[in-house]
Amino acid sequence: MFSYIVRRLAVAIPTILILVTISFVLMWSAPGSPFMGEKLPPPEVMAALEAKYGLDQPYWKQYLDYLSNVIFHFDFGPSFKFKDRTVNDIIAQGFPVTLTYGFWSFIVAVVCGVGLGVTAAIRHNTWLDYLSVSFAIGSQSIPNYVMAPILVLVFTLWLGWLPGGGWEGGTWDHIIMPVIALSTSYFASIARITRSSMLEVLNSGFIRTAKAKGLPMSRVIFKHALKPALLPVLSYLGPAFVGMVTGSVIIDQYFSTGGIGQFFVNSAFNRDYSTMMGITILVGTLTIIFNLLVDVLYAWIDPKIRY
Amino acid sequence: MKIKTTLMASTAALLVLSGAAYAASPMAGETLAADQTFTYQDIDESPSIDPGMVEDVSGSAVARNLFEGLMNQDADGNLIPGVATGYDISDDKMTYTFHLRDNAVWSNGDPVTAGDFVYAWRRAADPATASPYAWFVTDITGIVGAGAVGSGDAAPETLGVEAPDDHTLVVHLERPVPYFVQTVTHATMFPVHQATVEAHGAEWTRPENIVGNGAYVLTEHVPQERMVMERNANYWNDAETVINKVVRLIINDETQAFTRWQAGELDLVGVPSGQYLALKEQYPAEIYSNPRLCTYYYNFNVRPDGPAWAQDVRVRQALNLGFDRSVITEGILQAGQIPAYTFTPPTTAGFTVPVVEAAAMSQEERTAKAKALLEEAGYGSDNPISLEILYNTSEGHKSIAIAISQMWKENLGIEATINNMEWGTFLEARGAGQFEISRAGWCGDYNEASTFLDLYNSRSGYNDAGYNSAEVDALLAEAKTAEDPQPLYTQVETIAAADAPIIPIYFYTSVGARSASLKGWPDNNVENNWYARDLYKVE
Repeated sequence: MFSYIVRRLAVAIPTILILVTISFVLMWSAPGSPFMGEKLPPPEVMAALEAKYGLDQPYWKQYLDYLSNVIFHFDFGPSFKFKDRTVNDIIAQGFPVTLTYGFWSFIVAVVCGVGLGVTAAIRHNTWLDYLSVSFAIGSQSIPNYVMAPILVLVFTLWLGWLPGGGWEGGTWDHIIMPVIALSTSYFASIARITRSSMLEVLNSGFIRTAKAKGLPMSRVIFKHALKPALLPVLSYLGPAFVGMVTGSVIIDQYFSTGGIGQFFVNSAFNRDYSTMMGITILVGTLTIIFNLLVDVLYAWIDPKIRY
Repeated sequence: MKIKTTLMASTAALLVLSGAAYAASPMAGETLAADQTFTYQDIDESPSIDPGMVEDVSGSAVARNLFEGLMNQDADGNLIPGVATGYDISDDKMTYTFHLRDNAVWSNGDPVTAGDFVYAWRRAADPATASPYAWFVTDITGIVGAGAVGSGDAAPETLGVEAPDDHTLVVHLERPVPYFVQTVTHATMFPVHQATVEAHGAEWTRPENIVGNGAYVLTEHVPQERMVMERNANYWNDAETVINKVVRLIINDETQAFTRWQAGELDLVGVPSGQYLALKEQYPAEIYSNPRLCTYYYNFNVRPDGPAWAQDVRVRQALNLGFDRSVITEGILQAGQIPAYTFTPPTTAGFTVPVVEAAAMSQEERTAKAKALLEEAGYGSDNPISLEILYNTSEGHKSIAIAISQMWKENLGIEATINNMEWGTFLEARGAGQFEISRAGWCGDYNEASTFLDLYNSRSGYNDAGYNSAEVDALLAEAKTAEDPQPLYTQVETIAAADAPIIPIYFYTSVGARSASLKGWPDNNVENNWYARDLYKVE
């Protein structure tokens, strides 16, 4: 197991390097410049700007400088767009926001999704099952860019219960709507996966045995069925978790949270090279780490898997 | 409160601006609201709020609340005293002497001195600062030596501005610049606090570091989320300020912003595009549409290596005449925009719009003339023109491009395809002349026609059409030193209207919704320069 983790980590480092390199090349091959606006600065100012951000250096040098700053100083450099911020500042501000509502969305999605999936499976082919399934399919077919405005309409405009956006340091009333909007489609997927895998498990031999020896139903479900039933859910949760904590552009834009997703998209439009790179590396690294984590959890839950 | 402007005839023209400065002035019978917090929306975060670096309209608005220049504008855009109480102009109109008030102080208590302006202006012009708006000081103001400072050929200290004492600022111009005093209301010309800038570098504009001389101080800034400005007790006219707190929320989605305004979370928001008419009916008192000093237009690529048809003025005229602008202003935009047949907006101070044939004709006449011109130029069903309109990706620009290409096809039989590029890519293509027709928008940097007409100059960096007219260049050069440049401006516009290097389409309006309790908004200020200290909220 330990050697497996070490091996996976050893692969992760070149993967991140490749990610950085590809992003770097793509970025530089995109036309446009971070310093261009409707009014193009004069050549002297352009030269000063390029010198300030090291863009006057040859590409290979920019690349190596960037790598060494990131690896040895954990410094993603200054933002090309926001004059008084560094990329580290932007991540330090935006990531905790996204992490907060992402984390709660994850909890909500898992608890509700697994709960609903299990209920539907146990009460297979009853009204409860049909209700759960239609609820799950319904929520999954509402994308979050439709969900978000509906929530705002209902809770902000009609009921006046919740502020329609903003973050203000992450008070609970600012978190609720982003969490609902973000968790809905994940929760629906989790419910569907849980239900079908639970159904499969409930029909297998060892469950029949457990039932036959007279174990109470709750014990059959929680002690015997749940663990194997959750395996497919688990493989879904790794990428889902990264997706949630690294932010949804829609949620950030719609609820004006100041989260990382908003910076990510705007940095591409603004040619804010350093911010774009910084967030790409952050998201890439998190994806790799969580995928590894899921694989380890898998081995822990499923006795059939040994590394 | 109106400001009296007294002109005394003496050897030097002396301008004394007397009376108290314009400020929030509730009318009789109005009861001020208990909560004087003004919350407004901006669509995107500004790259900077540092006066020397600021480059966008919304960032400039923030700078106007956190800093104060020599002069301010009132609700109608007239100049009123700011840090300066008045100024003298020399006989040759090349030396301006500003008299600074002695009660102007920075938010940390330091007095605002003439030296602060000297420092700020040198800093903005210095290429080492790399200000995206350095050109405002170096190309627009006409200050002695500004060009050489901007190109790095001379030290910033050689800039023609001096502070003989703390309360006197003397500006030397290379030539009489008729609009010079206008430029000091621009954010780039605001003073900055030297010690703060030097102590904190690029981070001096953060709430924990910033020192300003405006009516408000920055107390909170979460990029892409919110900015909070609170009253500056040290501001010289704080006694007449009413709004206690200004909150700027960044809301990218205009529909979402509007819903939040409906829910009462904001005092001022933009109106979602295309919904002006419907919403105006629902909120007649709250929704407004004010003229703006901005023009929406298409460039022809008239460079020698551009498309062959674009070389022919008859074809350009035909395209200029061959579509109905009211379809765009009334059918698509629907927010009070004004069809444009010349480049400079009619609301520009002092400018007389020339009588242009196209403007006086009916659309039937225009279309008929366009057909005749095309035929004369040898184009028709046997020899059709096909062309491409390039615009930056946006639903709004797309609708306009589709409408125009449809009308060209129907009226003139021209095959126009439309192509969009993402903003950064678009700017590069347009700047390099890699287009046939390209979309553009231009807003005046000061309220005088030259801010528009300079784009017709063959040497202008923003002359994307590649227009090159010796006559226009000469007239623009003459206007720079003319006693009264206005007739020359009108003449330039007349020539350009005949040459048609661009297709003026419409003049922008600034459209928004504000809560009924918000008062004092400068509706008649065509530059949309608002100062939170002039606003107030009523019950």
